[in-house]
Amino acid sequence: MTLANATVRSGKHGPPGGPQDRPSRPVERSAGTWFLVLPALIPILVLSVGPLLYGIALAFTDAQSGRTRSTQWVGGLNFQDLLHDTLFWDSFRIGLVWAFGVTVPQFVLALGLALLLNQNLRMRWLARALAIIPWAMPEVVVGIMWRLVYHPDAGVLNETLRDLGLGDGRDWLTGLATALPAVIVVGVWAGMPQTAVALLAGLQNTPHELHEAAALDGAGAWRRFRTVTWPVLRPVALAITALNFIWNFNSFALVYVLTNGGPGGRTRLPMLFAYEEAFHYGQFGYAAAMGCVMVAVISVILAVYLAGRLRGGGER
Amino acid sequence: MSMRTGGTARAGQYAALLGYLVFLAFPFLWLISTAFKPARELGSLHPTWIPDHPTLDNFRTAFDEQPLLRAAANSLTAALCAALIAVVVATPLAYVMARRRSRLTTAATGWVVISQAFPLVLLIIPLFLILKNLHLINTLWGLIMVYAVWALPFALWMLVGYVRAVPAELEEAASVDGAGRLRTLVSVTAPLLAPGIVATALFAFITAWNELFFALVLLKTPEKQTLPVVLTHFIGAEGAADLGPLAAAAFLATLPSLVIFAIIQRRITGGMLAGAVKS
Repeated sequence: MTLANATVRSGKHGPPGGPQDRPSRPVERSAGTWFLVLPALIPILVLSVGPLLYGIALAFTDAQSGRTRSTQWVGGLNFQDLLHDTLFWDSFRIGLVWAFGVTVPQFVLALGLALLLNQNLRMRWLARALAIIPWAMPEVVVGIMWRLVYHPDAGVLNETLRDLGLGDGRDWLTGLATALPAVIVVGVWAGMPQTAVALLAGLQNTPHELHEAAALDGAGAWRRFRTVTWPVLRPVALAITALNFIWNFNSFALVYVLTNGGPGGRTRLPMLFAYEEAFHYGQFGYAAAMGCVMVAVISVILAVYLAGRLRGGGER
Repeated sequence: MSMRTGGTARAGQYAALLGYLVFLAFPFLWLISTAFKPARELGSLHPTWIPDHPTLDNFRTAFDEQPLLRAAANSLTAALCAALIAVVVATPLAYVMARRRSRLTTAATGWVVISQAFPLVLLIIPLFLILKNLHLINTLWGLIMVYAVWALPFALWMLVGYVRAVPAELEEAASVDGAGRLRTLVSVTAPLLAPGIVATALFAFITAWNELFFALVLLKTPEKQTLPVVLTHFIGAEGAADLGPLAAAAFLATLPSLVIFAIIQRRITGGMLAGAVKS
């Protein structure tokens, strides 16, 4: 939006004449522009775009770590193997459960918090200050911290359960049934404040007068939210949930620290699986193929999500 | 979200807010509590919120047991260099992206978005092979280059927003007054952009300071490893006696990020939104 405005503006300003008469275009397509652009462009090409393409190419090879024989093209062999690799599909299913299980509560809780913070409540500042902690904290520390919370003996969770007379508690992170829910709670905790702050910023764009007008018309809180707040918030909500889903699906450090994929692979997210495959077993080509499948699945899910949402917005 | 809120609704709001406060705060308070507990209390079956005999022993042990200081120095070097490189190369590109619409701008924006969607495993394997060929594997410099580029998408995103916030008219006025392009950039644009550049650099610093995955793969020698990697060495064999030092080290590793983040939080939110407006 802003970009378009800026271009229109500079277009309008450009009177006929030589380049010297057109001060409204501070940057010109010239050697000067390349001088500004190249310092970023070269590292991006060498260390990001290039490697990503290289990574996709590796998925079609039998590349292995520390091998002397030269790497061969194997076509779709890695993908065929993946198709029959039940461990990978298990990991993939866990990854999807994790990504949805984290993203949805993250959004719902964040929306609640943002709506509260948008109110004139005391202690609001405290919630804002506390919201910084999960956001700023290294993921490794988040993991260590929650290991202390979940610790079977010295952890505060089991101690609280004992105090409340709810049994002796359990070993949350190593129990087959509890491990995945336990790490999902940590994921929600870690990502919720960031989402809330983004939503809050969106909320503060809602025109105040509209709210008052709707209230005067006798609209209840829910109707005011539906008709006034949500339409403004919608683009922000769409963008942040899409990003959260991607980040969650690709996340690594949190679960690596909490459970390292255990117990018995119950929390082995696709990223952990691919990491082991690549750097424990040296199967570079196979791990790259896993990465490609992850990208493909994310793209499909996001395309469906965004297309559905955008269409929903158009019908309204 | 109502204008005139009744008493019950208000009470409900406060109850909900309290719930959020507890959920957000309790793990962190527990971390601090554990960090200051003597080993004997950590071994007890009924751990308390407030240590009976608070102690600094855990901090001392943490520094003795693991080369934490060296790891912190490595992290500091990597994060500082990466942040500096990131803003130095990103600012000019962000300026071009904000001020003109061209195929290059579109391509750069596309890269910013796409780079977010790729799982790191697809990036790390080629980077590992490339850095190995350049003999930069297991060096801080290799890691710094990776971090700088990895911080670029978000740095660009933020900086483009900040550049747009500087009215192009100001630059036009300066050049009408006869200032050359370089002078305009240095004396008009740069000062207005400076706070945004600092915020971006600080954010890139935190990103690198907190990062685990790349460092885990790229650094093998213990002397070169960064703080998050060294912290993972603490995990696993956690006897009750080791919980205290673990908590102490984790607490210390968080402080720099927390302090910096508290300073720049508002700017980051602003940057996120400024970047988001165009999409």
